[in-house]
Amino acid sequence: MSTARKNSALTTLAVLVRDTLTSQVVTLWKVFRHLWVPTDTVQYPEQQPAMASRWRGRIVLTRDPDGEERCVACNLCAVACPVDCIALQKTEDESGRWKPEFFRINFSRCIMCGFCEEACPTNAIQLTPDFEMAEYKRQDMVWEKEDLLISGTGKYHDTNFYRVAGKAVAGKDKGEARNEAQPVDVRSLLP
Amino acid sequence: MGWIEWQVGSGLNIASILLVVIVVAAMLIWVERRLLGFWQDRLGPNRVGPFGLLQVVADMIKIFTKEDWVPPFADRFSFVLAPTIIMIVILLSFSVVPFAPGVGVVDSNVGVLFVLAMASLGAYSVMLGGLSSDNKYALLGSLRAAAQMVSYEVFMGISLLGVVALAGTFNLREIVEVQENGWFVVPQFVGFLIFLIAGVAESHRLPFDIPEAEQEICAGYHTEYSGMKFGMFFVGEYLGLVLISSLITVLFFGGWHGPFGIGLLPPLVWFALKASAFIAFFILLRAAIPRPRYDQLMSYGWLFLLPLSLINLLVTGVVILAAN
Amino acid sequence: MAKITVDGLSYEVNPDNNLLQECLSQGLDLPYFCWHPCMGSVGACRQCAVKTYRDAEDKNGTLVMACMTPASDGAIVSIEDEQASAFRAGVIESLMTSHPHDCPVCEEGGECHLQDMTQMSGHNYRRYDKLKVTHRNQDLGPFLNHEMNRCITCYRCVRFYDDYAGGTDLAAQASHHHTYFGRFEDGTLESEFSGNLAEVCPTGVFTDKPFSEHYTRKWDLQVAPSVCTGCAVGCNTTPGERYGSLRRVVNRYNSEINGYFLCDRGRFGAHYVNTDNRLRSAKDAAGMTLSTEEAEEKLAAVCAQGAIGIGSPRASVEANFALRCLVGEDNYYSGESAQNHEALQWLLSCLEDEAFSCPTIKEMEGADAVLVLGEDVTNTAPRVALALRQSVRSEATRLAAKARIPSWQDAAVRELAQEAQSPLALFSTGATRLDDVASTTLNADPASLLAAAKAVDVRLAGGSPDYDALIPEASSGASKGETMQAVESVCAALIAAQEPLIVCGSHAGVELMRVAASIARTLSALKSAPCALALLPAEDNSVGHAMLVRPQNTLAAALTKLSDGAASAVIIIENDLTRRAPSAAVTAALQAAEQVVVVDHLNTATTRAATLALPSTSFNEYESSRVNYEGRAQLSFQVSQYPSGTKPVEHWLGVDGALHSASLIARCSAEAAGFASLPKILPDALTRVAGLKVPRQSHRYSGRTAMNANVAVNEGKQAVDENSVMAFSMEGALLQQDASVLASPWAPRWSSNQSITKFQAEVGGELKQEQKGVHLLTRSVQSAVVEPDSHVVSGATDPATKGELGVHFVQQIFGSDELSAHSPAIRERLCDAYVALSPPQAASLGATTGDRLVISGTTTELSLVVRTQTPDTVAMIYPGTSAAGESINALDLPHRITLTRAPDQEAGAASLGLAALIVGDAVFSHARAAEE
Repeated sequence: MSTARKNSALTTLAVLVRDTLTSQVVTLWKVFRHLWVPTDTVQYPEQQPAMASRWRGRIVLTRDPDGEERCVACNLCAVACPVDCIALQKTEDESGRWKPEFFRINFSRCIMCGFCEEACPTNAIQLTPDFEMAEYKRQDMVWEKEDLLISGTGKYHDTNFYRVAGKAVAGKDKGEARNEAQPVDVRSLLP
Repeated sequence: MGWIEWQVGSGLNIASILLVVIVVAAMLIWVERRLLGFWQDRLGPNRVGPFGLLQVVADMIKIFTKEDWVPPFADRFSFVLAPTIIMIVILLSFSVVPFAPGVGVVDSNVGVLFVLAMASLGAYSVMLGGLSSDNKYALLGSLRAAAQMVSYEVFMGISLLGVVALAGTFNLREIVEVQENGWFVVPQFVGFLIFLIAGVAESHRLPFDIPEAEQEICAGYHTEYSGMKFGMFFVGEYLGLVLISSLITVLFFGGWHGPFGIGLLPPLVWFALKASAFIAFFILLRAAIPRPRYDQLMSYGWLFLLPLSLINLLVTGVVILAAN
Repeated sequence: MAKITVDGLSYEVNPDNNLLQECLSQGLDLPYFCWHPCMGSVGACRQCAVKTYRDAEDKNGTLVMACMTPASDGAIVSIEDEQASAFRAGVIESLMTSHPHDCPVCEEGGECHLQDMTQMSGHNYRRYDKLKVTHRNQDLGPFLNHEMNRCITCYRCVRFYDDYAGGTDLAAQASHHHTYFGRFEDGTLESEFSGNLAEVCPTGVFTDKPFSEHYTRKWDLQVAPSVCTGCAVGCNTTPGERYGSLRRVVNRYNSEINGYFLCDRGRFGAHYVNTDNRLRSAKDAAGMTLSTEEAEEKLAAVCAQGAIGIGSPRASVEANFALRCLVGEDNYYSGESAQNHEALQWLLSCLEDEAFSCPTIKEMEGADAVLVLGEDVTNTAPRVALALRQSVRSEATRLAAKARIPSWQDAAVRELAQEAQSPLALFSTGATRLDDVASTTLNADPASLLAAAKAVDVRLAGGSPDYDALIPEASSGASKGETMQAVESVCAALIAAQEPLIVCGSHAGVELMRVAASIARTLSALKSAPCALALLPAEDNSVGHAMLVRPQNTLAAALTKLSDGAASAVIIIENDLTRRAPSAAVTAALQAAEQVVVVDHLNTATTRAATLALPSTSFNEYESSRVNYEGRAQLSFQVSQYPSGTKPVEHWLGVDGALHSASLIARCSAEAAGFASLPKILPDALTRVAGLKVPRQSHRYSGRTAMNANVAVNEGKQAVDENSVMAFSMEGALLQQDASVLASPWAPRWSSNQSITKFQAEVGGELKQEQKGVHLLTRSVQSAVVEPDSHVVSGATDPATKGELGVHFVQQIFGSDELSAHSPAIRERLCDAYVALSPPQAASLGATTGDRLVISGTTTELSLVVRTQTPDTVAMIYPGTSAAGESINALDLPHRITLTRAPDQEAGAASLGLAALIVGDAVFSHARAAEE
């Protein structure tokens, strides 16, 4: 038997011992030591967990700083939803403001992924740190617009879609949105 | 001993052992979950009763009242039979285990062989359970279980032969008595290791729970089981754990004898302490070691453990012959 | 075929087209706005810039607009060139400087060509820090929303509305970046094709108003290929459904029929299916609601008793055939009015005649001389009118070809042609909407029109017509001289033409249709080629219905049988008999009958008279086929599920094979004469897409687990459609390159309707695997030649007594169609019944527009409308519609009437619907403009 082969056989044995014995024993020991590591468990509900404000919990519909519904029923949340648990219907008030006629989230399907919030162009739909959503009846997990709509602005305080968008609504005429000039007079030939 | 007549084979003895063994196995559900919790920096079940001790009771109530459903496509007779086999064979194995002087069911001259025979019968439970379910995952699980149990029985048996040779008897009680002055773990350390590994494989506990590897094959052979029939498989697994721990204690760690002849505690307490330590060790194995692949398990057994156990037996034989 | 190289790859292209069109035909992505296959190139938007290279050595290249560059052989082009891309990005950035950032509240969002092109060109951030130009919007009536801020000034709207569709009330106003597209003042857009603006506009300036009222994004609509039921043309449409109601109808491209455009009746008329006027449950004689089982029992009892059946031209082929199977061919009667029945028999014989060819809409556009006899096509088959409007440009195309200007060079072709137009002759009783492009118009009473038409025939055959004999004394409108002049110019034009076209229709009367056929026959003999003859029936399945009915089984015969007691029970499907026969005859028959079963999807006078009224499905609720004016059978897929209680007619009748459309169609082809090739309309998509169904919902369909959660949170199984190759879900194979079952085109990077280019073999041409329907009738016979002189001119030729007026019925695009008149948007454009008189006649009665007139001998009162182009001896009566406002049964009136001014004029009578008339009846606008 050549030296090289002997060496390689020894190396193999060493690797075998290291992998099958040392490594396993070390693992066992490391796990065993966790007996003395303090647990991470939070004793909910006696002890309330500290929730990050970006936690993706119960979904709400918010209002803009003027107190109007932010949701313009654009349907982007619904289409972004991977479990298709948002359904809504657009309607329009007298002033041309788009609103949801109904806005329904089936929380028994919701996976709290937050895609709806990301898709929302008006910051209307927001996920909140409220995770206490259990119900005894599954039907009670279907929330309508009346249940979802809150009176505040939620996480984003300043967003006001109609102050930016060019569509005229009550309280904001053509030419009054951000970066807008007064409506043109088509009868005029002046530049 | 006053009015209580502790005698091997007495009715009281049998009843107590049966009760204790089953209660211990059931309590292990809680013990395991708590221990796993601690090892994973969690608390484990701590809500039902003090320290969550009544979790077992809650689980039992749940499992007894759950819908006990037999799939219409299953072979009903063997489907019902399978979980009872595992319970019966493991409980029968306990009959030859010498817990303490005077505590035991029978003193059999072929105790070791009886244990091995019962372990072999256990394979039928798993196989029948998987086959009768008529479910592809169950079938895969039972095929794995059959191969695994049959293979590891071989090394289990051979690893014991060192002990048998040293003790010169198949009687487990006599094996314990022989170890009064020195535990077999010292001369038979390799045999102990092999038996430990084979024992884990035989009871298909983690990391060798390949027959029920849920990530691959749902729950393997008991995929279709529910209610108390599932409960019997479940408790059977814990009974197996207790049995293996007891056997290790008996065969390699001197049974009820204290270490180095220390008789500080009653023999039964020594036994319980040692068995508990091994139970805890098995739970630690579950917490720490990932599951190998099926082919790794088989090649490890046949290509490494078998030669090792044969060498161990050979060396033991040579030493015994030389000493004589 | 020319070979061009685009970005290093070579393609075989058509050198007659421009580069843009050919790049798109090859499936390449090249942004554009102003170009449209139907409207050609003007190079206005600068978005389709590409680099062209002189030869392989040329490394610099030249930036050109692809839409203005011919795809000449050997051209080397680069779309992806850095400079070209940068140029396009710059252009889109400039176009977007004033775009109002309101996609979430824009109806175009998600199917917006501007969104697609912005993404494709790579613009995403507004760097321009100056103010955005804003505009005030206009109220454009019930059909369209206007949001001028979104405009990118591509001029497509006016190019379609004015140049293509002949509208006059939409124009570009102001200058430079103030350019404004709208009307001169707020008001309803007058053109009957205004709805197309919503599809033509690449962004959201013009959007579908009825759709916006219950708006749903494109991806959320459940769609299926369908066929319009508004008239006999059979335009292809895509209705969209959401939450159980029909949301909108958009054009579905068909290279031979509607192409890219629909009329407003088709686009906005389908919403009747959502109204409360639907019959939604079975009712007995007392109007009590019956359960489906009870209704079925009652129906079975009627069938056992032995009933006759009355079919309907607005019911599908399958429904009519099922009724025929149930009652037997002998007992199956026509549901058409007497005039239409006769006209249809003639139409069928002409469809089988070798001497004629029936032109598709596309072929009509190519005609170089057109004669329209009596039919006001704008109001009876609007899509035909749009095609005829294009036909007058054949001359421009010819001149352009001569001057070697490609036909897609729109501005150049128009500049070259100036006023040159192909001849279009209109023989009609009153003014029509095509008058502005007509080379010859002849307005006269029906008898005179018939005489003039006969004169054309005689003149074409080489004879010289005896005008004195032909033109009756009582003729009015055009003078004899005008008539002669018209006849001469028509004959000259038809003889000179390569592709002459004769158009007539059942509203013009069978006599005029016979003469039309005779003219066409003469022309085909002259040219030794079949002459294009388009005879337009009244309704969407008039032809299919007529093919199933025996000629002698008229509606009058059925009514007589019932009132005589020869039959005691009748089953009427989807038909309101009061629209088909005089009220007295209908009432007598229905009262005499013991059992009157009416299966219909609308509440009508007939369902109210029924002893058993059964709710059937509307066109979007069940798979059905219809036969259009060409004899082309087309399949209309089920879009949405019908509510329980409702069932298709064929399911109610329950004949063998009725439960499955394919089996019923197979049975029809085997048993009904002329329908042998009907099964070919069924798509073979099942074999092509490996047994997978074609989804009705887009892959972006949202809300599946929430839309019904308010009712029950547990989701049921997806509905299974056993009947069709389509599935009521997102599951299945979405056909991406193949248009065999294409409802709503979509392609990666192309979300708007412009994605249709991805499904066209050549842009603007046929679709890949296009389902064009099946021509049921083959031309093999020489139908009996009817000498023009042998025609009996009924009624109108009776000598008129003093003050008597001949009755001529006016058709209106909004109102004359039974179903669409119930649509809420269309209802806003309806007017009450009226009688139109010429100014002298009105003066002789001492009445003015808005006054009430009484028909002597009756109690019928009508409002008067004075119209200049009305012949003096004719009372043009629009009978109104029962869907809204005042209406009368046209068939109750005699051929001749005398009118008197109603004694007590109600105050404000003039306002009764006439305001709607002024905006609704474009004919009147013309008359009014002429008056002023």
